Amino acid sequence: MVKTRNLNANKQAFFNTTRAFKKSLPILMGVLMLLALADTLIPKQTYRLIFSGNWFFDPLMGAVLGSISGGNALTSYIIGGELRHQGVSMMAITAFIVSWVTVGIIQLPAEAVMLGKRFAIVRNTVSFCTSILIAIVTVLTIGME
Amino acid sequence: MIKRAIEKVGFGEAFLLLAVIGYVVLGIFDFALLRNVLCVLTRLIARIGPVLLIVFVVMFLTNLFFENKSISRFLGKGSGFRGWMVAIAGGIVSSGPIYMWYPLLSDLKEKGMRDSLIATFLYNRAIKIPLLPMMVHYFGWDFTLALSIYMVLFSVVNGVIVQRLTQRGAEG
Repeated sequence: MVKTRNLNANKQAFFNTTRAFKKSLPILMGVLMLLALADTLIPKQTYRLIFSGNWFFDPLMGAVLGSISGGNALTSYIIGGELRHQGVSMMAITAFIVSWVTVGIIQLPAEAVMLGKRFAIVRNTVSFCTSILIAIVTVLTIGME
Repeated sequence: MIKRAIEKVGFGEAFLLLAVIGYVVLGIFDFALLRNVLCVLTRLIARIGPVLLIVFVVMFLTNLFFENKSISRFLGKGSGFRGWMVAIAGGIVSSGPIYMWYPLLSDLKEKGMRDSLIATFLYNRAIKIPLLPMMVHYFGWDFTLALSIYMVLFSVVNGVIVQRLTQRGAEG
């Protein structure tokens, strides 16, 4: 009898998980398709052309670029490393790296559907602002240019 | 009319359909470019496949072993310091793209997880332990350490602000 109860619990848990997953799959697939499109259509060199050296404008642009980009965090480190070689300020690069992972404009529709529209908008806006703040305090702490 | 159509087919399906239409339009104008995009998409799916499997297993185990009450105790209103620690540690150790974790978080939210802890979890996903050596290589030890510490601190600030702005109060 205990065995039957366990089997039923397993079945129910599996059913609930599958149902939740089915609901998410079309959105996840749509996000992946958009990411692949953005990855192919936006050349990596574009990032280099945008930074002007302005200490206020650069972190802001870094955060904007990071927010609209997406994909593996490793890519953001590689682009950040390249930008550093080009002489772009660390504040801009830090804002770029942080917002790359914490803000997701491409994923926003998926986040809104699954976690609520208000939550998604508020979380991404707050994360955008804190990415600039983190960039400022990190660079000030270690004294990098 | 568009709103009614979206309501009929569901937002997820409409979103996917829009992406497919975008691909078809791209294919009509530049088939070679579409082929490149499809290659990137295939690589992306192959990379996230295992993570998706992990998420499925974690969701299954959560459904199997945790009742709504126990999830509320760990991540709900009265979770306190332990809740923050679970959200921070969970965010740091979770792997794969952020959107892979939405289904699980949506499930936990329905079971009583606070918005502040969801935001904190998502923020801490920016700290990737396996990628830290790469960050050190590009930007040095002091930068990596300072950034990681600030990320954890700001994740809590982020969670508190999100909780307040979603108008559910500090308690959530």
